Amino acid sequence: MARGADFAEVFGEDRRTTTATLDEGRIEDMSSGRLVGAGVRVVRAGTTGYAHTTDLSESGLAAAADAASAAARSGGGGATIVALARASATQPHSVDVMPGSVSKQRKADLLARADDAARAESDAIRQVTVTYADTRRQILVANSDGLLAEDDQVRTRFAVNAIAMGDTGLQTGMEAPGGTVGFEFFDTHTPEEIAMTAARRALSKLSARPAPSGKLSVVLKRGAGGVLFHEACGHGLEADLVGRDSSVFRGRVGEMVASPLVTLVDDGLLARDWGAAAIDDEGTPSQRNVLIEDGVLTDYMWDLVRARKEGRASSGNGRRETYQNLPMVRMTNTFLMPGVEDPEEIIRQTPNGLYCVALGGGQVNTATGDFVFGITEAYMIENGVITEPVRGAQLIGNGPDTLCKIDAVGSDFDTWAGTCGKDGQGVPVSAGQPTLRVSELTVGGTAS
Amino acid sequence: MIEGVGDELLDCARMVASSARLGEQVEGYVARSRETEIKVFGGEVESLSSAETSGVGVRVLVEGRTGFAWAGTLDPKIVAATVDEARDNAAFGAPDEHAGLAGLADVSGTERPDLELWCDELLSVAPAGKVDLALAVEAATLRADARVRGVASAEYSDFAMQTAVVNSLGVEGFSRRTGCSLYSSALAGGEDETQTGFGFSAGRTVTDLDVERAAMNAAERATRLLGAKQPATMRLPVVFDPLVTRSILALLGAALSGEAVLKGRSMFIGRIGEEVAASSVTIIDDPTCGEAFGAAPIDGEGVPTRRTPLISNGVLGGFLQNVYTARRDGSRTTGSAVRGYGSPPGVGARALAMSPGTLTPEEVMRAVPMALYVQSISGLHSGTSPVSGDFSVGAEGVMVRDGDFAEPIREVTISSTLPRMLLDVVAVGNDAVWLPGGAAGVTLLIADMTMSGA
Repeated sequence: MARGADFAEVFGEDRRTTTATLDEGRIEDMSSGRLVGAGVRVVRAGTTGYAHTTDLSESGLAAAADAASAAARSGGGGATIVALARASATQPHSVDVMPGSVSKQRKADLLARADDAARAESDAIRQVTVTYADTRRQILVANSDGLLAEDDQVRTRFAVNAIAMGDTGLQTGMEAPGGTVGFEFFDTHTPEEIAMTAARRALSKLSARPAPSGKLSVVLKRGAGGVLFHEACGHGLEADLVGRDSSVFRGRVGEMVASPLVTLVDDGLLARDWGAAAIDDEGTPSQRNVLIEDGVLTDYMWDLVRARKEGRASSGNGRRETYQNLPMVRMTNTFLMPGVEDPEEIIRQTPNGLYCVALGGGQVNTATGDFVFGITEAYMIENGVITEPVRGAQLIGNGPDTLCKIDAVGSDFDTWAGTCGKDGQGVPVSAGQPTLRVSELTVGGTAS
Repeated sequence: MIEGVGDELLDCARMVASSARLGEQVEGYVARSRETEIKVFGGEVESLSSAETSGVGVRVLVEGRTGFAWAGTLDPKIVAATVDEARDNAAFGAPDEHAGLAGLADVSGTERPDLELWCDELLSVAPAGKVDLALAVEAATLRADARVRGVASAEYSDFAMQTAVVNSLGVEGFSRRTGCSLYSSALAGGEDETQTGFGFSAGRTVTDLDVERAAMNAAERATRLLGAKQPATMRLPVVFDPLVTRSILALLGAALSGEAVLKGRSMFIGRIGEEVAASSVTIIDDPTCGEAFGAAPIDGEGVPTRRTPLISNGVLGGFLQNVYTARRDGSRTTGSAVRGYGSPPGVGARALAMSPGTLTPEEVMRAVPMALYVQSISGLHSGTSPVSGDFSVGAEGVMVRDGDFAEPIREVTISSTLPRMLLDVVAVGNDAVWLPGGAAGVTLLIADMTMSGA
């Protein structure tokens, strides 16, 4: 496999998905997908060559290896023979009910239950879209260091999007929990609960007034603000961006970069969470990495290539969307550790602010640390009391600055499932946090 | 169609379509793409990835029920299994009297546009030539301005994509296109400040690429922001850079989709014939225009594409439709089915453009005493909604005073609502330019938005 290369790797993937969508009260689409293929990576003198194929025969893989090798400007050199040793990795948890063992009819039945529950919330609910999705992803990695590792990753997600109509026009509400689990997902989540959350979110916006503009104290409810830490600091702690001088956290290990209340962890082993896996997509066992401890930057996240350059071990953060993509440094389950304060007391101690219950996606410029993220459910806090709902706002700030302005951290905790995009590749991640307060953030509302 | 070209894909799609049983409608959509991606850093090639991907999407309709399945391979055995899987899935779909594939009536009446979107030249360029382009754009970005201290990423990428769609009602189509682009992201500033800016150049083949221009744009956009500060919250007129207008147009495209309208997910529901924008606003989707990056002769159902006016002089005229949404609407498909092999057809714009006005970009900036020139926006998907029309995004840019660039600003959001922004259009520039991303860009002046800062 290795022809004068420093490192060579083959990554095989077999992925099966089932998706069912209900819209306008009808099951509109039941669909099944299958993706099978392998990618070959060859690294030589700092240059990575990559090729992939759907032809998994020996000749197919050899052709891909040749292409990757040529891409890495390899050539000449002797063949290296490597003995492969099967690596054992801890499974974060076991999967109880494989999605393939559950009939399509049972999956389809969940959709109608969610539709009924969302519409039962109010006559103002005009449209409901419900999506069920499961994925089984079997991967195998072998490399020239002698590693041979496999994983069988099962994920299940259920999403409800409700639209309510009122005097302020159309408003949407969304709830989309997911886990690295099988059909047992529905032992702990019911379609009705998910649907009611989405419907209530849309309804609350109908009566909401436009959010104010300017600087405010912002209290983030547990789970809701994980995306802030994912965007505002997680991306800046990815070793590939640090190495390119594209991170505000470059050269700051050992320094105080956040309020002492902040301990930030990325943990691929967080059982059943959306970003969990036994191994990453380079075969490195997942692990728990402390990134910021009591406000001090302790380490970045690493993949194999970046770690080899520094002569250190990968932190298990080398991930890829499919066999068609090169792995890069990615987060898994990223969260801020709980503190000691009573979450309700944090609200009581906030004279004037914004209480965010749900946030949409966000975006960060890792080189400057500037980020934005959308608010999907929020309320005003007046004299320590949650008052009326507001809508149509985006929060904007700077990562390091925001981390330093966290002045209260609650004792509760929750996580949120999402898809993280980087360089066009999407991977499942979760983000989590206790209820906490940022003393000052810019709120970009539409109120005049 | 060139003889022999696409035969393999068409054969695969025909095989799928011919598996229709009595009472079934079956469609095969087959795609193959060859792609190259090269990343360079510090004068060295960081990675070179080249690969071919192919796949098939199958729709089976039985008694108004639709089933779909896809596979990321053209292996005949897996393709046959995918047809069976789609047939099985159809049993779970709810019957819908409007469901159906494109018929001969849907594809007649409109000439299939004759477009040359494929350049053989691109396929004959050796990897070394592509590497040189990526290295050149990195070097040119560093050279472009003394204040550029690094290049965060410099990339070359290209694709050669072919698609075939065949259904059991007798519709057949094939299309192919090539494209390539160069991208550079500049880092400007000293020890205590970093600003970023990107530049790109795109075309159908490598000779369309302009290294210097991509580099200049990246350097200019990064250095322009040096010294940027967060301003106070205020209301003011806003000038959008053509790239920003492109992103906003793409968002409007989502609300102008017939699918969004019939499913209650558009702010334009029930507003046909009304004045939804200032009279200077005319928006047309025209995939038959060969210069548009989204140009295509046929859509994802094999229907010829066409020029579709959506907003004319401020008045909402119609929506984009595919076969299904048109049947529900009682109208005709506009050839606007968009899809990959992994999903059934949706509805979308391919080449949305705002008709240019008469003022140069400089004259647009001079039209008001003071404005915010927005060069980039962030959080477009989290802060805006084609359903409610809410609009609040992060922005970077420069204040314009008496027509000239003044102080740069950062860490602000700009907000309004999409319906209000359309009515608040004061001037459309004469600098319309096709950009990747399904829409064209043009300099645009909006009378009034809220800028939230300190």
